[in-house]
Order: sequence, then C-alpha cells, then structure tokens
Amino acid sequence: MTQEAATAAEKKPNPIVPFMKLPEKYPDEPAYLWGVVCNNCGAKYLGHRTACGNCGSTGPFEETRFGDEGEIYSFAVVHQTVPGLEAPYVAAIVDLDDGVSVRANVYGLDISKPGPEWFGKRVKMFTEKVRVDREGNDIIAAKFKVTDGK
Amino acid sequence: MPVINVANACATGSTAFREAWMSVASGAYDVAMAIGSEQMGKMGLLGADGASREYSTEGVMGTGLMPGVFGQAGVEHMRKYGTTQEQFAKVAVKNHKHSVNNPYAQYRIETPLEDVLNARPIAWPNTLYMCCPTGDGAAAAVLMSAEKAKQFTQNPVWVAASVLTSDPYTPRNPTMFDINTLTRNASTEAYQKAGIGPEDLDMVELHDCFATAELLHYENLQLCGEGEAGHMIDEGATYVGGKIPVNASGGLLSKGHPLGATGVANIVEIVWHLRGEAGARQVEGAKTGLAHVIGLGSACTIHVLKK
Ligand SMILES: [Zn+2]
Repeated sequence: MTQEAATAAEKKPNPIVPFMKLPEKYPDEPAYLWGVVCNNCGAKYLGHRTACGNCGSTGPFEETRFGDEGEIYSFAVVHQTVPGLEAPYVAAIVDLDDGVSVRANVYGLDISKPGPEWFGKRVKMFTEKVRVDREGNDIIAAKFKVTDGK
Repeated sequence: MPVINVANACATGSTAFREAWMSVASGAYDVAMAIGSEQMGKMGLLGADGASREYSTEGVMGTGLMPGVFGQAGVEHMRKYGTTQEQFAKVAVKNHKHSVNNPYAQYRIETPLEDVLNARPIAWPNTLYMCCPTGDGAAAAVLMSAEKAKQFTQNPVWVAASVLTSDPYTPRNPTMFDINTLTRNASTEAYQKAGIGPEDLDMVELHDCFATAELLHYENLQLCGEGEAGHMIDEGATYVGGKIPVNASGGLLSKGHPLGATGVANIVEIVWHLRGEAGARQVEGAKTGLAHVIGLGSACTIHVLKK
C-alpha cells in the first residue's frame, strides 16, 4: 500500500465495499456489484463466501455479476446519524432483480412523505465518489435512484 | 470460585444468566450468581470499534445504525400487514405509561400518542420516544439447586425454560437483519420445554429496544396470530390489566438499555412480580412470566419463570 501511495499517478478509485468492482476503465465502464451462487442449493451472496449458510456446502461457488436494477423491499428514513453525514437519508433494503438484497441509499423520493407507496419502487444503481482515503484514493459507493420503470 | 465474563451483544446479561442456570442444572454447582452491568457512557460493548471510518458505508450505502435497522424491520411489517406508524407509536405510549410506576426506570414520564408522533424523528418510523435511551445500569440474580433453595425459602421462583438461539439462514440476512426467525424458534422451544403455551403466561418482558420491535415480537412470541400485532396494541391487550401485560416495567424505552444489564434486569422484573413485590406496577396474581432478549448478530434468549 505504501508503494501505491508513492505517486499521484498510481492513485486509483477503490470500491467502498468488497462486493463492488470497478473495471480498469472506470468510470467509462460502469462499476457493478458481484457475488457468488451456491452450486448446491442456488443461494446467492454478495461478495465471497467460504461456506453456504443455507445448505452448508463449502463450494465450489460460482462468481456472478449482478445487474443494476431492482426494487425497494423495506426502508427507514434516517434523521439522526453519525457526525459529519448529511441527513435525512432514505436507507433502504433493495431487492436486486438478480436475487440478492443490498443496503442502499435511495434518491428521488419525497423524503418528507415516507409511506407504503415506496414499497416496490423500481430503482437503478449509480456510483459516486463519497470520500478520499488516507492514501488519496477516491472511495466509490453504489447508490440507487428511483426510475419508476423509466 | 470461578468467574466468567460474558459478551453476547444485547443478550449478554441473559446469556450470563443462562450460563449460571446451566452450571447449576448440570449439578456442577449448588449456587451461581449472574451479574449484568454496563456503563453506556463509555459506549459499552460498542466502544471496541476502532475500524477505519473512511470506508464506513453508513449514510452512503444504507444504514447499520440501530434505529434504522429496527425501523426497516417495522416497515417490513407495514408492508406485509398494513401496520401503521401510529400503531408502533402506541407501544411507546403504553410502555411510558407503565414506567410511571417503576422507581427503577430512567424516564417516568407519560407520552401521549400525539407527543410520540410529533417527537423528533430518529429513523422513521421511530421517533425519539420510540427509541430506548442511553444509560448505565446493573442487575443481578442468584440461582441455586432445588435442594439448596430449601434452606432459604418455601416459595422459590423456578426456571421452567432457558433457551438461547442464533440465526438460521434466511435470504436477506444480514443485509437486513432478521429479528424474527430466531425469536420464533426460541419461543417454540421455550414453550415446549416449560410445558406451557403462550396462553398460560401472566406477563412478558420483551426486548423493546425500539417501539417497532415490540409489535413484531407479539407475533414472534406467539402472543397473537400472524399480522395481528397492530390490532393487539389497538385493543390495549398488552397494558397492565389487559389480556397479557407486556413490559410492565416500562420496558427498555423507559428503563434504558445498558446492554450487559438488560437481560438480567428483565428476569429480575419477572421475579419481583411472581413474588408480589413489584409495588404499584404489580401484575396481580402473576404465576408465570417470560423474559425475552435479542442481540443482533444474532442471539436470542428466552427464560420462562414460574412460581
Ligand atoms: Zn447452498
């Protein structure tokens, strides 16, 4: 890591979570979420897995790229948060169409009117630089915006 | 005389009680004491987190903060059964009303429904009065064999069931913590071990870390049927004097939630009621009570106590 930090030229954007990948040509090529599928029972997980929580299989697991669309399963609107963060924000559980769920900030909703109409809202992923780490690398997060099928 | 330190998230105290119970039930010891204590000002068990904040996902990829996590669990119940924020808020109204009679509660202030709904939002649907306050606390319980107990009392309180469960696999967990399944598994096992059903309970102290959680646990503890929790609070069935009093102590919403102390304290509360020593909040004629605690990660304890 110290070598990587040596020159500005070697700085590179890093995903904020291990289950997100940034292609070599990011941002020209979009980032995506990835995970594994249990070959034995079909359970899907974000990121790596050494054993399946559902069936106990220790693999092999098949690596898979998850698509960037899904819908809101549940949510909360967080008003009180850690110092330095912008609030309120919609903290949702998004069910991706490809069969896994992800914690996500969702944008494009009237945050003053949370309610049952938010269930099932179609959302699409986008990525954004949220911070810079101590080595000067951009930290990239995956966020979601409401598309309403558009 | 051995001493064991226990850490099991919010279920720490009740896990210590269970370890003490097992050491007596196994015949290894005649007498054991479970002590739960916590100074939340020092962040308690949560204080150990020295991890880098740079890569924290809070507020940029959802939330891991408890008011939001339990908010999401409540909102899932809204989705399934049409439960409303008002129904969740009624839990806070009830528990704060109960707290007025509990000299051990951190807050002993009634909060009418309008006040609860208009209080500062912490993580919708939970407002300030729907979240447990931060506070220090301690509680202790002495357990002994039936033989040994005869030296001290003619009317002991019996541990009819002691159960500890963890999460089985459910699809969204731990992206979305599942606070339901392990509590359901624990309650089924506890009723079986105690040889009773939920209808035999006279009172329940359950883990109301947030108002949203309490309603879910009515169903998880089988106090009502699927999707009936909202109706149950509307009817006032869980008030002292109602069909099945829940959190006569005022619950964590009033007592605070010093993690290590919580699990012992709610067992102590049940014991006081079974002995008829609960003062103004006494559940009259209580003979059987259930104490429930859940810690995310996850651990759920249920103890059934009988006179
Ligand atoms: Zn599997």
